[in-house]
Amino acid sequence: MSVESQIKFTDFKSDQSVKWCPGCGDHAILNSVQKAMANLGYSKEEVAVISGIGCSSRFPYYMETYGFHTIHGRGSAIASGVKVANPRLKVWQITGDGDALAIGGNHFIHTIRRNVDLNVILFNNQIYGLTKGQYSPTSKRGFISKTSPFGTVESPFRPGELCIGARGHFFARCIDKDLKHSVEMMEEAAAHEGTSIIEILQNCVIYNDKTHNAITDKAHSEDRTIKLEHGKPMIFGKDRNKGLVLDGLNLKVETIGQNGITEADILIHDAHCEDTTLHLKLADMEYPDYPVALGVIRAVKAPVYDQCVESQLNDVQEVSKIKSFKDLVHSGDTWDVE
Amino acid sequence: MGKRSKVIEKEEVVVRFSGDSGDGMQLTGTLFSYTSAIFGNDISTFPDYPAEIRAPQGTISGVSGFQVHFGHSEVYTPGDYCDVLVAMNPAALKANAKWMKPGGTIILDVDSCDEKNLIKAGYETDDPIIEDKLGDYHIVKAPITTLTKESLKDMGLDNKSILRSKNMYALGLVYWLFDRPLDHTREYIQKKFAKKPLIVEANLKVLSDGYNYGNIIQAVTPSYHIHPADIKKGKYRNLSGNVAVAWGFLAAAEKSNLQLFLGSYPITPATEILQELSARKDLGVKVFQAEDEIAGICTAIGASFSGSLAITTTSGPGLALKGEAIGLAVMAELPIVIVNVQRGGPSTGLPTKTEQSDLMQALYGRNGESPVVVIAASSPTNSFDYAFYAAKVAVEHMTPVILLTDGFIANGTQPWLIPDLADWPEIKVPFVTEKIDDWHPYLRDPEKLSRYWATPGTKGFEHRLGGLEKDAVTGAVSHDALNHQRMVELREEKVQKVANFIPELEVIGEDDADLLVVGWGGTFGHLFTAVDELTHEGHNVALAHFNYIKPLPLNTKEVLKRYKKIVVCELNMGQFANYLTMNFPEFKYKKFNKVQGQPFTVIELKEHFITLLEE
Ligand SMILES: Cc1ncc(C[n+]2csc(CCOP(=O)(O)OP(=O)(O)O)c2C)c(N)n1
Ligand code: SF4
Ligand SMILES: [Mg+2]
Repeated sequence: MSVESQIKFTDFKSDQSVKWCPGCGDHAILNSVQKAMANLGYSKEEVAVISGIGCSSRFPYYMETYGFHTIHGRGSAIASGVKVANPRLKVWQITGDGDALAIGGNHFIHTIRRNVDLNVILFNNQIYGLTKGQYSPTSKRGFISKTSPFGTVESPFRPGELCIGARGHFFARCIDKDLKHSVEMMEEAAAHEGTSIIEILQNCVIYNDKTHNAITDKAHSEDRTIKLEHGKPMIFGKDRNKGLVLDGLNLKVETIGQNGITEADILIHDAHCEDTTLHLKLADMEYPDYPVALGVIRAVKAPVYDQCVESQLNDVQEVSKIKSFKDLVHSGDTWDVE
Repeated sequence: MGKRSKVIEKEEVVVRFSGDSGDGMQLTGTLFSYTSAIFGNDISTFPDYPAEIRAPQGTISGVSGFQVHFGHSEVYTPGDYCDVLVAMNPAALKANAKWMKPGGTIILDVDSCDEKNLIKAGYETDDPIIEDKLGDYHIVKAPITTLTKESLKDMGLDNKSILRSKNMYALGLVYWLFDRPLDHTREYIQKKFAKKPLIVEANLKVLSDGYNYGNIIQAVTPSYHIHPADIKKGKYRNLSGNVAVAWGFLAAAEKSNLQLFLGSYPITPATEILQELSARKDLGVKVFQAEDEIAGICTAIGASFSGSLAITTTSGPGLALKGEAIGLAVMAELPIVIVNVQRGGPSTGLPTKTEQSDLMQALYGRNGESPVVVIAASSPTNSFDYAFYAAKVAVEHMTPVILLTDGFIANGTQPWLIPDLADWPEIKVPFVTEKIDDWHPYLRDPEKLSRYWATPGTKGFEHRLGGLEKDAVTGAVSHDALNHQRMVELREEKVQKVANFIPELEVIGEDDADLLVVGWGGTFGHLFTAVDELTHEGHNVALAHFNYIKPLPLNTKEVLKRYKKIVVCELNMGQFANYLTMNFPEFKYKKFNKVQGQPFTVIELKEHFITLLEE
């Protein structure tokens, strides 16, 4: 990307030793974030990395930027405050599936609804890592864990669906170990004004190893995922011969060259489409019925909260007669005692 | 004006306007208090409205009241008992008759006393005056509804609008009763309904007709005469405690040159602060109406990290929700002010009533050793001062500060001598800007033990804060046992250091008083009045009232030591008394507690103090 920028990705590494388990997907994500920030030409002091609590939320300590490791679930509220108070900052929020979707669910949806300009990286390992292996709001129904020894009896959230349901305008998905794609997603999220959610399918080697393997495993990944790109046909597969078509109100996987299907029949991805119908369908696709969608599923322009707050201040200040505390206290009903 | 048959000279008077919550009593009371203030009386007001927005019409639970206390000398409370009661319906009479002073005047809209309303108010006969044994009062049985209709019959107004102006008729009559000019209220009506000339005309007419009705009945009705008070010269305005808090922060923002940021979620009785600051976009205030109280404080903590003067406002239930985040601010040592306008608890409790029962929650209601500065305002207008000082302490000492007010002083109003900010102290913001050798985020000011404030955007000071314990020297995460002990002690010491920067405790009264009355926060007006009256009656009683709770003023022990008998009065079960016992176990404290959602009355305080003096 920006060749002119002097900053290297190693400049974003702090002096703290990284304490995640060897083999944890978080290491790769840290590298991706540092690469993306270097590519974006950020300077260290303009970046604030805000997190809640969880393995993933230790992230800010490893970044040589401003950082704040806060309390469980409240990262989006604190990040919103940071950004609204100073909109010139680049504010990145790091969160886990428990942090964002269980304890922090309320803040997560409201931040998205307001469209505060944050880049939110949601580490989805479908488990509570830090507390050593309880099921999370993204664990599959029936999932066995320390707190669900007989399997869960609840349905998981699908983060993309939740984001779009909360009137989200940017949602992307990628895989921890695919650095090149992750960096791309982060750059796109950074370029998008408003709340950007990137769901990263992250592996927890200790408590939920290989949970995403069915789709992330090298041997199958090209057949079981689809990398969406705006303006490009929705084609996937090792042989690039499968694609998505519309069948009534549903998506359907077809093979090019069979049943009279040609490339022209394959849907073209429009990430900028305001209407959420197709984005929701794409975000909800699950293996084995469908390939899992990766890439930027939705990126739609909308008014940005922190910018609107500033412009409203400016508008009111232009017309108001009250310019100072003194003007205020002398306005309205006053009287003199002589 | 006709000649008045009987004029009662008074030093001070308490008037209560009372009616159905739709009767416009709050406005009527406010207008009357303005006129009294402009006339030159000292005033204190208190609104008392039902928790329900529109409680069942005509019932006691639907009664809305507004009390004004005004006088020839300074007044410190809205008054316990009233001299004049305006009752717009039988329920208002029923609810307030017990709060009348003997021989007072009751203006009753007799038109409202039909069978239906009498039953709704709980009367069993058709004569509420006899039933409530009010024979000794001056009863003005005014057919206010009929007279208002009569007054407006040629105006072409619909019935609803006509009935809505009943309160102006009553107000006009009360102006006659106190011989007050109508100018201010006329101006108000003209401004308020500028776009509806017919409504202006109607209200003005009703107001004058109400006044003139006084002339008609003057032969049988006494009127009151109260001289203006001898108060400090200057420009005044009326100020409620809630608006005072909001303005105190505005003043602090201007003095410190910081952007004011409020993160909050509506809750009675604190909402008005949020509303007032939401309207202050002209002064650059950023207000974030959050999804809940947790997000309210968390956005404020984020804004504080970014370098704003950050505050959050709430009431007891909201403070409970904010506990964990306050702990984060303690750990990260970021400045923030948390305002708790206390109300009756626990749980939803008595949302519109007053109490002082969140003291322990403010001091200790968090996990871990989690010290914060606790300050309490003690009157509507000094809520301005303490909001200002809460912000000053938070910023200069890099600490969370909890500012306690309560429903009583938050909703009450007093005239406020408009300050000149030039006379107020500076707020020195401990920002770091230039490179400091060996800088680390937990580097401390030697005098205050506070950190410095390095905000994102400042080159060379990139650092990480967080809720995990930090190494005292490097600021890196540390689980070291001795380091934790040291940090716990440092955080406590930092808060205790604030004592060197706050005023000493003042005692009103003699050093050898037979009884020291101790109070804190919003009870000041009642305690002071009780002590003042007892002193005038020849008793030797003193008052020590606390605004700084944690840390306590440095001379606290020295003050307490002087008195043999100490009584701590508070609107809870004895939380401050217990706190003093903890801090100074060498003294004995008597407790006088009330937990009824109501302020003390001066009378009950005096009675109790006399009993103690006689013991
Ligand atoms: C108020 C509060 N409740 C519970 C916890 C315990 N806790 C810490 S992290 C965590 C779950 C973390 O899961 P997730 O957000 O998915 O992060 P991961 O560790 O998987 O990266 C829990 C329950 C806490 N720290 N604070
Ligand atoms: S427990 Fe799991 S998520 Fe946490 S660091 Fe280890 S591998 Fe990563
Ligand atoms: Mg997780």
